[in-house]
Amino acid sequence: MKVDWSTFWLRVVEATGQTITMVLFTLIFSSIFGVLIGLLLFVTRKGNILENRFVAMLLNFAINIIRPIPFIIFLVTISPFTRLIMGTTIGTAAAVFPMTIAASFVIARVVENNLVSIDPGIIEAAKAMGASPLQIIFGVLIPEALGPLILGLTFITVGLIDFSAMAGTVGGGGLGDLAMTYGYQRFDASVMLVTIVILIVLVQIAQFAGNVISRKFLRR
Amino acid sequence: MITFQGVSKVFRSKEHITKAVDQVTLTVNKGDIYGVIGFSGAGKSTLLRLVNLLETPTEGKVIINSQEISSLSQKELRQLRRRIGMIFQNFNLFNSRTVYGNIAYPLKLAGASKQEVKARVTEMLQFVGLEDKADHYPEQLSGGQKQRVGIARALATSPDILICDEATSALDPETTGEILKLLKKVNEELNITIMLITHEMHVIRSICDRVAVMENGTVIEEGSVFELFAHPKTQTTKNFINVVQNDKLSPKLLALLRANYPGQLVRLIFKGGVTGEPVLSQFAKLFNIDFNIIYGSINELQGQLFGSLIVEIKGDEQEIQRALESLKKKVEVREVINHES
Repeated sequence: MKVDWSTFWLRVVEATGQTITMVLFTLIFSSIFGVLIGLLLFVTRKGNILENRFVAMLLNFAINIIRPIPFIIFLVTISPFTRLIMGTTIGTAAAVFPMTIAASFVIARVVENNLVSIDPGIIEAAKAMGASPLQIIFGVLIPEALGPLILGLTFITVGLIDFSAMAGTVGGGGLGDLAMTYGYQRFDASVMLVTIVILIVLVQIAQFAGNVISRKFLRR
Repeated sequence: MITFQGVSKVFRSKEHITKAVDQVTLTVNKGDIYGVIGFSGAGKSTLLRLVNLLETPTEGKVIINSQEISSLSQKELRQLRRRIGMIFQNFNLFNSRTVYGNIAYPLKLAGASKQEVKARVTEMLQFVGLEDKADHYPEQLSGGQKQRVGIARALATSPDILICDEATSALDPETTGEILKLLKKVNEELNITIMLITHEMHVIRSICDRVAVMENGTVIEEGSVFELFAHPKTQTTKNFINVVQNDKLSPKLLALLRANYPGQLVRLIFKGGVTGEPVLSQFAKLFNIDFNIIYGSINELQGQLFGSLIVEIKGDEQEIQRALESLKKKVEVREVINHES
């Protein structure tokens, strides 16, 4: 049974909205957590401004546990926590929770990698000026890494669109869900095509925005 | 101003223990430009970082303005660091900040108001001659301009001491000259004590008052720059001096000289007052000999003249010996041999 496009376009608009909602909220929350964890990972490294072997080991361990788990399995595994925190495991809002956790750890690594590439001499210069560790983090590390960091976040945003498709299949809604139920299970190529085109457009917009913003901060 | 008392710094890793600085004792006087010269790995960079505790000494004391600095609390240490400006070989400017932002940063750390920051940054930009570059980013500047920003940034908080970590080593000779001139100006006009490390003897010769020669973590020679050039004690020092005096003769050149000038070759070193005297013509009149000047150079060191001549002496063997005996009372006479300084 093919869909009736005269009414179905509304479902497409709704699903697009859900996807954007999931991706945007996940991006906001995971950026906050990811940047925090990434900074912590970096400053607790050996020889760094707040060296702490225990914290560094713990964070690395957590990241290495969560990252290799396929997202669809992770999603199901942590559903008890999702229910505990969000009250439900179904719906767009509920999908944001597991997406945020998974994405935070990916972002943490991206943040750490960008921070590692900062010339240690610049950090030494700030230290020599009498900057405290917090002043170095907010006044030097973040501004210096911001350009490549935004490119990294853009890359992750594209990945989040992929995450959201999986979250959709367990009740999050969105374009992925639409493509699966109507396009894949009912063999309607037109739905498949439309969702793919929309996803491509979304990715293009995200990449374009990321490029423009990062260029503003890339000063190297 | 800065005193090192038996200071050592040991780096330990799983594989080996490195003694980067070994029992160094020296004093940098207020108002001096103090140079530390050594080959890479001599420990001079570590020594410099002990001044603002970027490295903590393993043993010994570092005393700044009669205060032992390793006993300072974290907060006191940050206060101290604001009194010590530092510049670097690779400039270490904040790439995400403009020239203005770079110079303003230490002022903001010190809690200056916006007007204070603006006034001081403008003043510093003027001092280093970069008024028109305030809104540029470091990537848009040449090496020399970057180091000027580095100097302006280091001096923004009006420190008493400036420490320079190979500040000119990444610059071309002409720019090096400009930066050295600027450092001299910093020392003379702002009365800032400078401690610098370098592997280039011409840096020491151009601006330093006193110098320490480092090798394997220890200071092997220390004194006024003039003394060092006049009476180098160690081979390492002699080697450094040769680079700038350009008077080390290669065996090939020496062989050629000997072939062309069959008389006795000597090197005469003129120091201080005697450089103004017509020593050679006096001796030519006093003794029955002739001088043939083959090579000569004259340098200024700390306001004193320092000359070096290679001459061929012609005449009766005995007369030459008598003349040389007498000459030795006036100037330093050295044999000309290829491995000699």
